[in-house]
Amino acid sequence: MKRELICIVCPMGCHCSIEVDATAPKGYTFSGLTCKRGEDYAIKEITEPTRMLTSTIRIEGARLPRLPVRTSSAIPKERIYECMGMINALRVTGPVSMGQVLIKDLFGTGVNLIASRSL
Amino acid sequence: MMSMNTYEIIIVGGGPAGLAAAIEAHKGGSQKILVLERDRELGGILMQCIHNGFGLHIFREELTGPEYAERFIREMESLGIEYRLDTMVLELRDDRTVDIISSEHGFETLQAKAVVLAMGCRERARGAINIPGTRPAGIYSAGAAQRFVNMEGLMVGKRVVVLGSGDIGLIMARRMTLEGAKVLAVAEILPYSGGLTRNIVQCLDDYDIPLYLSHTITNIEGRDRVEGITIAKVDATRQPIPGTEIHYDCDTLLLSVGLIPENELSKSAGIRLDPVTGGPVVNECMETSVAGIFACGNVVQVHDLVDWVTEEARKAGHHAARFAQGQLKEGSPDLVTRAGHGIRYVVPHTIRVGNLEQEVDLMMRVTEPCKNKNLVVRHGETLVKKVRKVHLTPGEMESIKIPVEKLQGLSGELNVCLEEVAHEA
Repeated sequence: MKRELICIVCPMGCHCSIEVDATAPKGYTFSGLTCKRGEDYAIKEITEPTRMLTSTIRIEGARLPRLPVRTSSAIPKERIYECMGMINALRVTGPVSMGQVLIKDLFGTGVNLIASRSL
Repeated sequence: MMSMNTYEIIIVGGGPAGLAAAIEAHKGGSQKILVLERDRELGGILMQCIHNGFGLHIFREELTGPEYAERFIREMESLGIEYRLDTMVLELRDDRTVDIISSEHGFETLQAKAVVLAMGCRERARGAINIPGTRPAGIYSAGAAQRFVNMEGLMVGKRVVVLGSGDIGLIMARRMTLEGAKVLAVAEILPYSGGLTRNIVQCLDDYDIPLYLSHTITNIEGRDRVEGITIAKVDATRQPIPGTEIHYDCDTLLLSVGLIPENELSKSAGIRLDPVTGGPVVNECMETSVAGIFACGNVVQVHDLVDWVTEEARKAGHHAARFAQGQLKEGSPDLVTRAGHGIRYVVPHTIRVGNLEQEVDLMMRVTEPCKNKNLVVRHGETLVKKVRKVHLTPGEMESIKIPVEKLQGLSGELNVCLEEVAHEA
């Protein structure tokens, strides 16, 4: 199956395609890419795409009503809405400090949800 | 001894530019520094930019806006640098006095040896782009919506159209989607997006939000609240083409149609502005046309990366400290930079070679996207510096560093332009 992608490794933004090909060195053939890093990106993007997720949660006892949060590293892309559900259900009471862990080990990935500011 | 109302350095604005300038001025030996901030906290626009992608160059990590700001706020506080919140600067004069007002202290006039302008920029509003239609509620600049959603916890709408594909518009399209809104379309009048490719992919493509290039809004409907929006394709002269209209039932329009450096104070001090950047004309030290008044960050030129704001602000803070200590050489510039073929503007505008410590960093934007060109700096016919560029776009600032040795003894114009790459023999 052929997949069309836009590479985001560098500002070039190559429009490319990737196709499974068991006879090729990496197991895929590529077109439209101009570097090796792009090939690795394309493989990751079609096998196990991940994204950083940032949002806000409700906070009480603080100067502001919302606390910005983020995942400590990227999570599987297909889990984003599930993770938003957990974020929306979460409430904390201040004070909170930057980097504080709010949810440990999201979906068994080892990735935490952390506060992205002190409040 | 300095009196209560006298400072070595006064910095107007406590966002990323003001914070970095204050820290650097302190490192440069300035003792009495004051940062003036009109908002309720330091950090500026970073505090509402909760997405990641900040700090790759300065910290070699990907931080969110609040994290990036908090590192600088902590450093500034640990150095004991004085700041005032909820304080508005009303007027700046060329003798480096400023009138300020706050509910805590009332009206005051302060005197500084050097001033650093770090007021940032503001969003272009509907009035500046002449969109037809009624004037209902539900039309927000993307940044205002970002503040409502990310800081105040208020949702601004359920069915959304975004006009303009700058990074803030793209980021907000994703943000509104994650918060449960339906983002129907992003319309961009230009044939290319001004946003980063990464944002097109991760904010629009990931969420199946369509991007319509060469499209603009031709009508807004609704009396009390937005009820519908019509977009249409535009021709090469940016006029809507009849028959290409697409109509959306929606309640919200977000505008991401450009940023303008905020220079009311600069004007009150008689500082010369560059009509292209909208910011002050500056020299190699980031000093404006008024001696002892420096400027940095988005008030000078709208940046796409906060990391470059920090670098520019460090330069301004460093040289403001030198000025306050009488170490800068005054006098007319040796060189004037000029934006030549393919270049929209160049900052700094003038160079006094005697004040350069190691190099000068010329920052510029190209006029349109292009590939495989040489970015060239010439003095007359003489080549000063040439950099091969595979990919150039107006959305990404370019810079060229020129070592001071190459500029010694030169006077007149430094011309920056794009040239074709000569074919290999």
